[in-house]
Amino acid sequence: MFTCKAVWNKLAPLAPLARASSTLCRQGGKRAAVFRHERRPPLVQQAHMSSGPTGGGGENAIYLVLVGAACLGGGVYVYRTVSGDKARYEERVTQISSRLGSPAAQPDAPVKTQPEAAASEPAPASTAAPVEPTPAVSEVPAHAPYLLIGGGTASFAAARSIRARDPGARVLIVTDEADLPYMRPPLSKELWFSDDPAVTETLRFKQWNGKERSIYFQPSSFYVSPMELESVENGGVAVLTGKKVVHMDVRGNKVKLSDGAEISYDKCLIATGGIPRNLQVIERASEEVAKRTTLFRKIEDFKALEKVSHELKSITIIGGGFLGSELACALGRRSADLGLEVVQMFPERGNMGKVLPEYLSNWTTEKVKKEGVKVLAEAVVKNVSYKDGQLEIKLKDGRAVKTDHIVAAVGLEPSVELAKSAGLEIDSDFGGFRVNAELQARSNIWVAGDAACFYDIKLGRRRVEHHDHAVVSGRLAGENMTGARKPYWHQSMFWSDLGPDVGYEAIGIVDSSLPTVGVFAKATAKDTPRAATEQSGTGIRSESETEAVAGPIAGPIAVGTAPAPPPQQKEDYGKGVIFYLRDKVVVGIVLWNVFNRMPIARKIIKDGEEHADLNEVAKLFNIHED
Amino acid sequence: MSYCKQEGKDRIIFVTKEDHEAPSNAELVEDDPNDPYEDHGLILPNGDINWNCPCLGGMASGPCGQQFKDAFSCFHYSKEEVKGSECVDYFRSMQECMQKYPELYPQEDDSESAPSGGAEAAPADSTSTDSASVSVPASEEAAAGTESPATS
Repeated sequence: MFTCKAVWNKLAPLAPLARASSTLCRQGGKRAAVFRHERRPPLVQQAHMSSGPTGGGGENAIYLVLVGAACLGGGVYVYRTVSGDKARYEERVTQISSRLGSPAAQPDAPVKTQPEAAASEPAPASTAAPVEPTPAVSEVPAHAPYLLIGGGTASFAAARSIRARDPGARVLIVTDEADLPYMRPPLSKELWFSDDPAVTETLRFKQWNGKERSIYFQPSSFYVSPMELESVENGGVAVLTGKKVVHMDVRGNKVKLSDGAEISYDKCLIATGGIPRNLQVIERASEEVAKRTTLFRKIEDFKALEKVSHELKSITIIGGGFLGSELACALGRRSADLGLEVVQMFPERGNMGKVLPEYLSNWTTEKVKKEGVKVLAEAVVKNVSYKDGQLEIKLKDGRAVKTDHIVAAVGLEPSVELAKSAGLEIDSDFGGFRVNAELQARSNIWVAGDAACFYDIKLGRRRVEHHDHAVVSGRLAGENMTGARKPYWHQSMFWSDLGPDVGYEAIGIVDSSLPTVGVFAKATAKDTPRAATEQSGTGIRSESETEAVAGPIAGPIAVGTAPAPPPQQKEDYGKGVIFYLRDKVVVGIVLWNVFNRMPIARKIIKDGEEHADLNEVAKLFNIHED
Repeated sequence: MSYCKQEGKDRIIFVTKEDHEAPSNAELVEDDPNDPYEDHGLILPNGDINWNCPCLGGMASGPCGQQFKDAFSCFHYSKEEVKGSECVDYFRSMQECMQKYPELYPQEDDSESAPSGGAEAAPADSTSTDSASVSVPASEEAAAGTESPATS
């Protein structure tokens, strides 16, 4: 309307038809068409008027030609646009009418699909490929009061939260994976340490308390079948597997699946997570390279890599963060038994280089090497090619690595394809859907997990890609979907294990670019070597040097106050606490080989106070005890 | 004696056990027990049961969730001398429901923990959501809660 008026104001002096056309304009209706229609008269008028009064000779002719050409161009443009609009309109009308037709066309065969969906897999049996037939529209319920897009950790946590708070709630989870909701951390840790040769089938692992469990949050008997969801007495959670939501109609409160089916909802959660990033050099490389590259995230990736680890001689992991380092350590541990060479390469100077301060990153790298991994730090991949049955990775500094298989662990790309159709905001700094402190994107839409860029009241806007965050944010989203209106407050934590010597838990913003203060437990000369080993919590083999040095050094240190630190490489960061500071406030804490202290760490971050002496704060953690 | 060193922006302090023996003088902000934002344990400040407590695992959200909630609520608000004595019917229907899902509610625990699960869960109400799960027979534990599988 505004542009219409603006243009019109410019042309007003020329057109006697101004009044008539502007009323047409104001009436709106098919605005675009009207706008274009009313543009025609002034152009025509213009031509008319200019050829009239000026009169005379060649000038006039040129003028006429120019104006005629403009008129013609305008006419062609208008014609094209109008016919394009018409075509679009007709297409839209047919689309709408087909949509109205399709629910009526749904064959009602819930009985057939029910036994398969409900009785799918008892836990020990095969977990992949559900028995269901090719997806028929009849399997999809038309409406779900609570619709959760994505079937991962955040989604499951939300489902549980909704069911806990809204009695009889009917929750539908739609996932494009073939599996029921499961947890990811064991895929790169515990599952690799299992002694069970059938672990790729059972997907069971042993927890720290000795008890075994499946990576699936719940066996299939926990869920109701999607077609039963609307009728089952006390409600329940249903999972629609192998279906991708491709379009979201926020105004109409409904989504469209890849097979054309539509589901309407009252409240919706987007928990689409992300897909692993790939290196550009690998994307550009040949099909042979692509065949031998794993982007690790799902159960099928674990199964494929596990299989490959038995068959091949050399695996290279590109990436030095959590996933890369954990996989390297997991494979490294097996390397001796399997006769497998495990290489890990990354651009940073040490493992976890973006998370741990340099001294700790270096120390960790040494530990990773001891797990049997060949670590290549400061390695930037220039290109990858397939040669003589092997992959050749060429680095920018000239080094080259020949390997049989590549695992790329270079980050996660949040899945935000729905943003376009849903009209949701994407965050340009962190990626992901932008949501407020209550995880809400729009009135009926929440986002949780890896895909959510949310406002953390304490730490600022961020996006977190950890398991516990998925649980915490999923639970919070579920609470808010049932009316709680609570902001993100309970700070999530994360953890990582890199072999028997390095296990840490962390909370908050743990970024190695921040200034840090690390407080570590020191072994004293008084302690016996054995006690010192136990106290510092490290393995036996690294201690022999430390003990020899600690004796004579401890003397001068005890007497004098001047710090005379022993040579760096003898330093043993066995146990401690590392504080990450931003403007003198602790925003992140890493508990290094000390466990069960997370509540204290959480409290310190929640307080957000400036502490003058962080050693005093460290005392709260009691690092010398187990 | 402890010592410290500086590596660029990172400070490293090594401390002995003796150094840390003296109590800390770090000041922590006092917690508001009625903070609406905080996660609460099993019992909310107003006395109601927090069905969303990670400590309950999936008990309140599973197929037998409604029966569990009825039984446990009855027990919680019971004013009888023998707490929960009037709730036997609720517990029975909960048990019947659980028997239909042996995978989710392992049978050998059922007879003990169905009534006692309620009894133990009440006094064991945790104010910290990190704490391990109560003796609930659910096959999945609070590993899906804030507790990580890596720590007990």
